[in-house]
Amino acid sequence: MKSASRFIPLLVLLLFVGAVSWRLAVPNDEKIPSRLTGQPLPPFELQSAVEGVKGLSSRDFASGKPRLVNVFASWCVPCIAEAPLLLELQRQGVPIDAIAVRDKPVDVANFLKRHGNPFERIGSDPESQVQLALGSSGVPETFIVDGRGIIRYQHMGPIEASDLAELRQRWEQAR
Amino acid sequence: MKYRALILLLMMAGPARADSDLPPARYANEQLADPRQEKAAKALMEELRCLVCQGQSIADSDAEMAGDMRALVRQRIAAGERPDEVRDWLVQRYGDWVSYRPPVEPMTWPLWAAPILLIAAGAYLLRHRFRRRD
Repeated sequence: MKSASRFIPLLVLLLFVGAVSWRLAVPNDEKIPSRLTGQPLPPFELQSAVEGVKGLSSRDFASGKPRLVNVFASWCVPCIAEAPLLLELQRQGVPIDAIAVRDKPVDVANFLKRHGNPFERIGSDPESQVQLALGSSGVPETFIVDGRGIIRYQHMGPIEASDLAELRQRWEQAR
Repeated sequence: MKYRALILLLMMAGPARADSDLPPARYANEQLADPRQEKAAKALMEELRCLVCQGQSIADSDAEMAGDMRALVRQRIAAGERPDEVRDWLVQRYGDWVSYRPPVEPMTWPLWAAPILLIAAGAYLLRHRFRRRD
């Protein structure tokens, strides 16, 4: 065997070990964005998730004005973290609706009592079927839907203070 | 002995559960009445990737969202949709990522060609082995 080719198996092994250790050190945690951005909201009709707040239907988005849709849950810890920021957006005049995933009215009511209610409508999605129809892969997520019902933007994960300006700007652009 | 308190403390610290209080969707774990439909649904579930537990199929995952995806698959199959239609519906939303069956397209040619190339490389190496023994 030629001296150089002798090391090929070792090289292959080292490449393999390198690839494995790299992935162990930097775990692959990709975000899977919804492919529906730029497309119409899929039709849905959700019952009210909590007493005193209306349910949510895809028809509510044909109002001519862009709205935010927050996909959240009372059992979702990062949702608590973004609650004050949603209130801030609402204070700035951004209309926000919500989809409560796998939630009970009593839990939603407690969540809103504790963390405030920035939502005009809250639809209940007990089996995540509308969440799946939206191409959302977790809670919390926030979509911007324009006045013709087209999804214009998706924010994945909790909204942080540094995201406010961008969300606000995307919302303005959707007008 | 002096670590006992620490060990007890570690045992108490449960994993952070991010699960709802609601029971699984009906068809998350219940089979369809029609065995042919159930078989088609099960085969599809094994080829769909769980969104929150990346690396597992929805058939294998205990995550709530995987359960809701199984329910979606069973309900759509029961309603008469073909497995490919259900897969396409999900791919429209999540991209090819959600399916464990990659489409054959220029992007994935290396993927499909890899097994053939590897077998060819193996054959090439073996040929040298056999030749030496002659």
